[in-house]
Amino acid sequence: MTWLLAIFQTLLFVALAPLLAGWLKWCKCHLQNRQAPSLLQPYRDLLKLTRKQPVVAEHASWIFTRAPYIIFSAIVLAASIVPLIAVDLPTAAIADVIVLVGFFAFARFFLALAGLDIGTAFGGMGSSREMTISSIAEPAMLMAIFTLTMTASTTNLSFAIVHVLNEGLVLRPSFVFALFALMLVAIAETGRIPVDNPDTHLELTMIHEAMILEYSGRHLALIEWASQVKLMLYGVLIANIFFPWGIAQSFSVQALAYGLLAIIGKLALLAILLSISETLLAKMRLFRVQEYLSFAYLLGLLGMLSHIILEASR
Amino acid sequence: MMTMILAYSAVILSFASGLLALMSNQRGMLMTLSQRFLTPDAHFPNCRNLLGRILEESRYASLHRQAVFVLLGLSGVFAVLAGLAVMMGQDSLTDQIGLGLPWLPWHVRFDGLSGFFFLIIGIGVIAVSLYGPAYVAIYQESQHPFAVLGLFTGLFVGGMLLVLLADDAFFFMIAWELMSVASYFLVAFQHEHSANRRAAFIYLVMAQVGALAIILSFGVLASFSDGFTFDALRQTALSPTWASIAFVLALLGFGMKAGIVPVHVWLPEAHPAAPSHISALMSGVMLKVAVYGLIRFCFDLLGELQWQWGVVLLVLGTVSAVGGILYAMMQPNLKRLLAYSSIENIGIIFMVLGLAMIFMANGHPQLAALGFLAALFHAFNHSLFKNLLFLGAGILQHQTHDLNIDTMGGLIQRMPQTSFLFLVGCMSISSLPLFNGFVSEWLAFQTALQVDVLDNGVLRSLIPVSAAALALTAALAAACFVKVFGMIFLGLPRSRNSEKAQEVKDKSMLYGPALLAGLCFFFGIFPNLIINLLNGVAKQLLGQSLPNDTALSWLWLAPVSANKVSYSPPMVLVGVLIAGGISFWYLRRNLETKTMRRAAAWDCGFGGLTPRMQYSCSAFTMPFRRIFARVWLIDERVDKEMQGAMDMDVKAVHYHLQVQDHSWPRLYQPITHGVNQLAKQVGRIQTGNIRVYLGYSFVTLILMLWVIS
Repeated sequence: MTWLLAIFQTLLFVALAPLLAGWLKWCKCHLQNRQAPSLLQPYRDLLKLTRKQPVVAEHASWIFTRAPYIIFSAIVLAASIVPLIAVDLPTAAIADVIVLVGFFAFARFFLALAGLDIGTAFGGMGSSREMTISSIAEPAMLMAIFTLTMTASTTNLSFAIVHVLNEGLVLRPSFVFALFALMLVAIAETGRIPVDNPDTHLELTMIHEAMILEYSGRHLALIEWASQVKLMLYGVLIANIFFPWGIAQSFSVQALAYGLLAIIGKLALLAILLSISETLLAKMRLFRVQEYLSFAYLLGLLGMLSHIILEASR
Repeated sequence: MMTMILAYSAVILSFASGLLALMSNQRGMLMTLSQRFLTPDAHFPNCRNLLGRILEESRYASLHRQAVFVLLGLSGVFAVLAGLAVMMGQDSLTDQIGLGLPWLPWHVRFDGLSGFFFLIIGIGVIAVSLYGPAYVAIYQESQHPFAVLGLFTGLFVGGMLLVLLADDAFFFMIAWELMSVASYFLVAFQHEHSANRRAAFIYLVMAQVGALAIILSFGVLASFSDGFTFDALRQTALSPTWASIAFVLALLGFGMKAGIVPVHVWLPEAHPAAPSHISALMSGVMLKVAVYGLIRFCFDLLGELQWQWGVVLLVLGTVSAVGGILYAMMQPNLKRLLAYSSIENIGIIFMVLGLAMIFMANGHPQLAALGFLAALFHAFNHSLFKNLLFLGAGILQHQTHDLNIDTMGGLIQRMPQTSFLFLVGCMSISSLPLFNGFVSEWLAFQTALQVDVLDNGVLRSLIPVSAAALALTAALAAACFVKVFGMIFLGLPRSRNSEKAQEVKDKSMLYGPALLAGLCFFFGIFPNLIINLLNGVAKQLLGQSLPNDTALSWLWLAPVSANKVSYSPPMVLVGVLIAGGISFWYLRRNLETKTMRRAAAWDCGFGGLTPRMQYSCSAFTMPFRRIFARVWLIDERVDKEMQGAMDMDVKAVHYHLQVQDHSWPRLYQPITHGVNQLAKQVGRIQTGNIRVYLGYSFVTLILMLWVIS
């Protein structure tokens, strides 16, 4: 029963991700005085892509054609271990938050290889930039997560969320720092403004898009979908770790429905925040991203130190 | 006793393979011997025929090579068996050999820790001996005699095994020197290149300085005890100061061999110089023997541990890990890159050992056991994937006659099997889930996160920062190996050699790497097999194993406690297969779009996409070079060649990039300079005039007489 629920939650996660992307676009368009596409547009795009025959470069190897499936599976697996509407699901015990970071690394590894596979300058550029940014973002992210896991003394996400819920509403300076650090990292890792712009194909701004320029058809659909799920994953991490209220702690229908509503509300709010920041900010130069990410790391470090100095039990 | 026999057979077989190698030029002698002892009317005509066929000129060389490697491989098999047997048996065996000086027999002790390193050596040696016969066939007999290579390989392996068996300081140093000197000759094997001679010289100097430090550290211990056996050394109680002095000396000695920053400089020189299967053994296995030495010395012999030593190890390890991978990233030579990456991995091992020491000294033996386990498991994993990558590099060198990453490319189409095995190595070393490298790093993170139990505030903030450095290392390693795999195997060929490269003809060369790749994946999915074995080792050495053994079922990995952290690689694998399978099936069920259309790559509408347009190594790492600019000594120049009457047009552009290690100019050049200066001063009294020398002798004699009377 609980396993079924876990699988259902994973499917829900994967199914809702395009909706979040559509909502984000909708908010952004309205903020920028543009006409917004329907909320369902991402679904239509994905469906259309899956029906097309993919075109693959002549000398592409199996890495290129298999990478989309590998990336997608890794991200779906990551989605399965993050509590969305309920905690204490059995999948949460399969892997903890460090493994989650590992899944992201796995997906990124193959995405970067796929970028290099065709041998165009764009692909190499994208891979190089992606690996650069992620290798500075990863320590910052783990720093923020360590703050949380040391407070809850577990790296299991589900237990950590329960711990935060049981503590009730306490304002912890360490959590504030960690929250901001994680937000900055999330923006960098999901390729949003000001680090990367998902909507353009300009040589100077591309990171993520540069790697997947050669993809088409169902391969492109999988990669796009995976990146939408990844965006939602970061959203859910931020929402459920720092504001876990509403998440279902029992498996009654009522609690689950309430949990679903709560997470939809929280994600909608986060998306509005993100669209406002994307409207207000301009894209950064690549070499300023390191300053941005070092700032995120510093925040993570401050969070950890304030936990050790101010909050530790002894 | 059976276990002991297995262990001895491993040693003896490795020596035997070395001795057999010496017979490579003795075909004529064997011929006469066989003719003399097997007369034509002998009772065994078959035997004679067989011998005759073996001794045929055309066959003898290759058969002989194979025989040498078969013996070496058997030695590896016995080492694995002995290691497994002693770890399962969970007690230590002791013995004495009446060799050496008459009143100083060699003491032998074979316990869990030695057994585990026996396992590491055994697996490495098996892989190498599968790979070796085909690989060494490229060396021309006249220039690089196989006898030399085979002899020193056998001595090298035997020396390493003896180091693990040693139970007294004398025997330990003899075995240690055997290992060092044999590997010196292997580094110097292709001595016609001056770079190799230089590398071998540096290696020898560093090895001897290191050995001196180890002798001194044993000396400190021995001066407080009544003997040189490890049992006697164990009994001594040292004052904290003397213990710290011994620790520092041991750290210097073993760290030099292990390649810890800043005493790592021999490593990136020596590893590329040696033949590939030897580099695999040196990097994958010999560095682990140094780690063994440090563990044996600190955790076993030195007695009470002090947390300050742990901090030293932690800091040195962190610096090595981050520095090693950053240097690795900038190397265009594949084997140099792998050598630097070994520095990184040794750094990780030292970090976690440092954590174990800190926890042990603060009275948390269970957490110490966790850190100890993580360190040993990482040592094991590193030996697997580093061996794999070095053997892969050997295949690449064999097929493309080059080791420069920038001249390869597109080899995945031409060498599909090699590329797959190499990919497994790259994924394991980048510590991606499902592979073994990830599990040990995960354990390392779990150890670091238990820092809350410590009282010391500085330690509690230092350890998480080092954990974040570990995360940085892992991410940088992933970037580095994306570069390696992408530049070598993906894209378009960058040179004619790689365009014409083909898969190895002799498939036996792929067996060794295939074995290692399989193990990398297997222990990534079922890490508990190794962890359960290691638990016994930790129990023997630290007196403590992981808390609840019940949580360590084959499916789950829950080192701290089951309701705190858990990781289940088999279930992750199942999940990946399900998710991938469903998406694969779903998206390809439409028959019309099932096939892919092949077309030319998009070239921005300009036409003529050439291999020169792809990102190169230095282009790929350019952002890193800029962000971490202070880490290297970078010499980057763009020379423009002008032409035309006014020198206005650019004719050609030459890009020059050289990235150098800080440690040479900062640490070693002052030392060599000082030594040279000193030598010059000493040289002044050497006039070369015999009368002056006689004068010196006269004055010395007078002085001596004066002193005596």
